[in-house]
Amino acid sequence: MNEIRIHGRGGQGAVGAAEMLALAAIGEGKYAQAFPSFGPERRGAPVVAFCRIDGKPILTREPIREPDIVVVLDPTVMRGTDVAAGLKRGGKIVINTSRPGREIAEQYGFTGVSLATVDASSIARNVLGRPITNTAMLGALLKAESVVKLEALFTQITERFPAIAEKNIKALQCSFDETRIEELAAAKEK
Amino acid sequence: MGKLTGIEVSIACSEAVTLCDVDVIAAYPITPQTHIVEHLSEQVAEGHLDAEYIKVESEHSAMSCCVGSSAAGARTFTSTCSQGLALMHEIVMIASGLRLPIVMAVATRTLSAPLSIWGDQSDVMSERDSGWITIFAENGQEVFDLTVQSFRIAEDERVLFPVMLCLDGFHLSHVIEPIELESKEDVQAWLPPYKAKYRLDPDNVLSMGAFAMPDYFSEIKKQQNEALRGTLPVIKEVFKDFGDRFGRYYEPVTRYQTEEAETIIVMAGAFAGTARLAVDTMRAAGKKVGLVTIKVFRPFPFEEITEALAGAKTAVVIDRALSVAGPGGPMASEIRSALYHEQKKPAVVSMVGGLSGRDVFQEQFIELVERAEACVASGKIPQYEMFGVRE
Repeated sequence: MNEIRIHGRGGQGAVGAAEMLALAAIGEGKYAQAFPSFGPERRGAPVVAFCRIDGKPILTREPIREPDIVVVLDPTVMRGTDVAAGLKRGGKIVINTSRPGREIAEQYGFTGVSLATVDASSIARNVLGRPITNTAMLGALLKAESVVKLEALFTQITERFPAIAEKNIKALQCSFDETRIEELAAAKEK
Repeated sequence: MGKLTGIEVSIACSEAVTLCDVDVIAAYPITPQTHIVEHLSEQVAEGHLDAEYIKVESEHSAMSCCVGSSAAGARTFTSTCSQGLALMHEIVMIASGLRLPIVMAVATRTLSAPLSIWGDQSDVMSERDSGWITIFAENGQEVFDLTVQSFRIAEDERVLFPVMLCLDGFHLSHVIEPIELESKEDVQAWLPPYKAKYRLDPDNVLSMGAFAMPDYFSEIKKQQNEALRGTLPVIKEVFKDFGDRFGRYYEPVTRYQTEEAETIIVMAGAFAGTARLAVDTMRAAGKKVGLVTIKVFRPFPFEEITEALAGAKTAVVIDRALSVAGPGGPMASEIRSALYHEQKKPAVVSMVGGLSGRDVFQEQFIELVERAEACVASGKIPQYEMFGVRE
């Protein structure tokens, strides 16, 4: 099972990203589950959304505490939230940032995981004309781990945003192409 | 198995209501039920469902409209939860007293105070004496299937009672998952249009909701009580018929790994999915633990529960509702009472938790089993305990 946790702020599409991912997986004949951190929706407030993908029916109703992959749509949430909390050893962190991955890893003390970075905000601004990064960050996620096929997400985007599908697909593809991945060494045992 | 569609459980519920071709929906939005009625409102506005959607000013009015429309012979649906259900309460009793086959989906949520919008089963437990058939769904597929079956059960002439279908607020209502949706043709072939045996009709006048003096009230109540108790065989018949047609079979009480189980977890609703995984872990470690889920809570399935628990030493009943300063979680105290006169019965340990959306994790189910077994071994069984609470 792949357990994915998406961090963002209300209005950035974290919940929508989890939903598109689950729907794409189900469309591919897999089992999947998507749900938000339950509660009132507040624009700008930190938001967490969850997605599980598996080859067999998913029974649990627990939130994801030990994700395989963490996606960060907005790096400012990292000031107040430990986005890597519970991340499995050898897991993946996918971050929207214009800064070099090494610098981010050092600042937040990420070790023993794979770090994927991309400047999704710039891509979103350039391609969509608005800083909504969820479709771009799905591209980065797929570069880090091929949890579903790119085409399966294109189908979801087309169904969800018929009027602006082309731009969103472009943002996703562009981000997929530009994402850089670094394997971070495990911390030395003290 | 047919094709699985990725869909939010609330929307699947609305889709089922649409396929059932209801005539009237009267509802007031309240979190976390909102998506159900929002989608139905769209279905009507966009012409996918030929129904009257009555926008009311409160839940009290919603149920009042439902009583009127069902009395006039219309297939009627509503949905609510929490304070909305509480506000409806006065009319909820009337719907069952008048034997009106209304179907209501409750996206279960806690009751204030403190003010909270999150889920548990306090709201529906407060309605357990209201005379409605009460059914709990465990996952999205069950929500879809049981919505369709609820109309067939309610409208059966041997039943004629309203049905409350409970789906856990947020933990089911707000989750996208794969669900096998049936076609309009198949659903409508299985669920014929509602033809009311008794209805308000100016050409064929009758009275409903008449005044009953003390010399008749008790007789009428006894009839209602016997009639509701007598619906269980019909519910089973409908479950069987649905299974024969669509391949998914339901039971009033389901058993998982209960063979030779020494300890059985008993519960209703979505968290049972997580409990199944905990049972698997305990079984893998050689512990004889099983799970019984209550699907039909009213009419109370005495025989099924007694049978399912007969071989166990300990039953841990998990309630997501607190009967404040009462004898235990609502479900636990009913089960304990139902088993009281049985010769072969487990000790019933009542555990209350998962209130107001608090998650219950797999390891907690294992801890609850260990705690309950320790209580039984020591002979000191508490009336009830609250779990997962900081002290």
